[in-house]
Amino acid sequence: MEKTLNNRAWWLVAPVFFVVAFSAVVPLMTVVNYSVQDTFGNNQFFWNGLGWFGELLDPSTDLGGRFFAALWRNLLFSAIILAIEVPLGILVALSMPRDGWKVAATLVLMALPLLIPWNVVGTIWQVFARTDIGLLGWVASALGLDYNYTGNALHAWITIVVMDVWHWTSLVALLCYAGLKSIPDAYYQAARIDGASRWAIFTTIQLPKMKRVLLIAVLLRFMDSFMIYTEPFVLTGGGPGNATTFLSIDLVKLALGQFDLGKAAAMSLVYNLIVLAVCWVFYTVMTHAGSGRAETEIAQ
Amino acid sequence: MASITLDGLAHAYRPDPQGPKDYALKEINHVWQQGGAYALLGPSGCGKTTLLNIISGLVIPTRGRILFDGRDVTRLPTEARNIAQVFQFPVVYDTMTVRQNLAFPLKNRGVPAERIRARVEEIADRLGLSASLDRKASNLTADAKQKISLGRGLVRPDVAAILFDEPLTVIDPHLKWQLRSMLKEIHRALDLTMIYVTHDQTEALTFADKVVVMHDGAVVQTGTPEELFERPAHTFVGHFIGSPGMNVLPATVEGSTARIGDTTLALAHAYPHLPAGARIELGIRPEFATLAAPGDGVPAKLNRIDDIGRARIARAEIAGRPFAAMVPGEVRLDGSEAGIRFDPRQIHIYADSHLVTGEAIR
Repeated sequence: MEKTLNNRAWWLVAPVFFVVAFSAVVPLMTVVNYSVQDTFGNNQFFWNGLGWFGELLDPSTDLGGRFFAALWRNLLFSAIILAIEVPLGILVALSMPRDGWKVAATLVLMALPLLIPWNVVGTIWQVFARTDIGLLGWVASALGLDYNYTGNALHAWITIVVMDVWHWTSLVALLCYAGLKSIPDAYYQAARIDGASRWAIFTTIQLPKMKRVLLIAVLLRFMDSFMIYTEPFVLTGGGPGNATTFLSIDLVKLALGQFDLGKAAAMSLVYNLIVLAVCWVFYTVMTHAGSGRAETEIAQ
Repeated sequence: MASITLDGLAHAYRPDPQGPKDYALKEINHVWQQGGAYALLGPSGCGKTTLLNIISGLVIPTRGRILFDGRDVTRLPTEARNIAQVFQFPVVYDTMTVRQNLAFPLKNRGVPAERIRARVEEIADRLGLSASLDRKASNLTADAKQKISLGRGLVRPDVAAILFDEPLTVIDPHLKWQLRSMLKEIHRALDLTMIYVTHDQTEALTFADKVVVMHDGAVVQTGTPEELFERPAHTFVGHFIGSPGMNVLPATVEGSTARIGDTTLALAHAYPHLPAGARIELGIRPEFATLAAPGDGVPAKLNRIDDIGRARIARAEIAGRPFAAMVPGEVRLDGSEAGIRFDPRQIHIYADSHLVTGEAIR
């Protein structure tokens, strides 16, 4: 079929173009603008070229050291919560009821943590973990544990990880549950007839059928934990010291605490590129995962 | 090797069945002989899949027992029965190759690797899957997948019966014939009991030596395709089997004469012992009723004539009830007035929908 060439068709793209321009590209350009300049306030800017980027990507400098420290810290955090939330979510989904009123009850209970605003979650856990009035902190102290999340980096990490697991495991579980529900009964019946063990049913039927939703769950949880800000900010404020200062927290400290707009702009651009790159990898994996085309002929 | 006996089997999905209405499956006594090819035929919702799942052990019946060669297996789990089942939608393990799929039931039962290998290759050969053994099962077509599901049953040397739950539903029409004749071949080659559930009478009648017709949770007739056609034991069987189905007309029967409306018909048998108060009906297949000129046979009103290729079928009305009859080549009619001739030997009398056997006329 021959395509009709008509330049007036560009007008049809115009609305999308303007919306995207004003919602994303133009604001981003101000960041790009800042990233190549330095300022001492008073709205006076000086050209700095790619200087900030050079500094940022060189771990031996102050800025670079700080950026890479926050980056590794953040990647470690994401890895830990993925390693906990994904298997736990699968386990929860597998043990959720299949039918009856219990389904609705479970779904509502599971959705509750997801409905709480981030800063409220932070506040809840901040109070919960306090050794004087918080249930968790008080019980830990009463049991003779030297628990102090404001002073001990490891305790702060444990508290933040547990908080994130509490907040987000439901999401993974709900996604997995949706994946499990889409498996027809015949698969389980066939597996029983084939004498498959519980473990074999999991690895040969349930896990393959959950693969796509699991990828989505991992993507969502990775992105969200990689960009986490509010909860640790409210709970620990990034401390003790810099122990729980993740990328977003560091960025805010840099931009609004120190008012280093140029450095912060460069950092946010690099941050953004990392997020985009990871997104692209996931997207590619996901679209390839389900694209095994049916081959029509079978050898007779 | 097993014959399967259903002894007083009944099943209700509700935990506290009250009346017969609550039973998805009403009491059934039946013996499936070793090596038979059976079809369970009935419309959707008649309980045939329930019955199949009870035999395979996926459902535990509310009442009654199932015996395999006299051994009670009613409460035995599926994996402990010598049964394989092929489902409506092909079940294959997506992540595995065809070979791994076929080996799966044997692997789960701890069969040594070299025995698995030999057995899988033998069965793949029989199913025509040899060339695709090392391909991913998820990439195959529906009919190949269905062969794999069947193959997973066949590889088990202990399997005595294979149950099919409408296995050709998602198969392309031109491949249905092929698969069905392959099933027949396998049935002849291996001494297996096969039970085939379907709502398609052609599938049932071509596949099975014996057809069990189910209606509303109960077995209404068991017989060879010929018996079902020639002597339907229930008006439902008459309707359901044959195309068009059997004609059923309300009638009054006295001795060896039947009255339909104002017309009296002589019957080939006498019915002196019809139950009093029962609803009496007369049934005759369209194949044994012929359209004739008005005044010949039972008066009828002709609506139209359908040409179905191998024959012409008259769609008529007798006493206000629809009636189908064959149109012989020579008949000439003007207008809608017509008569229909009945072959008296092919007339069946039903009391409350059940066939009544006539006695010889003295």
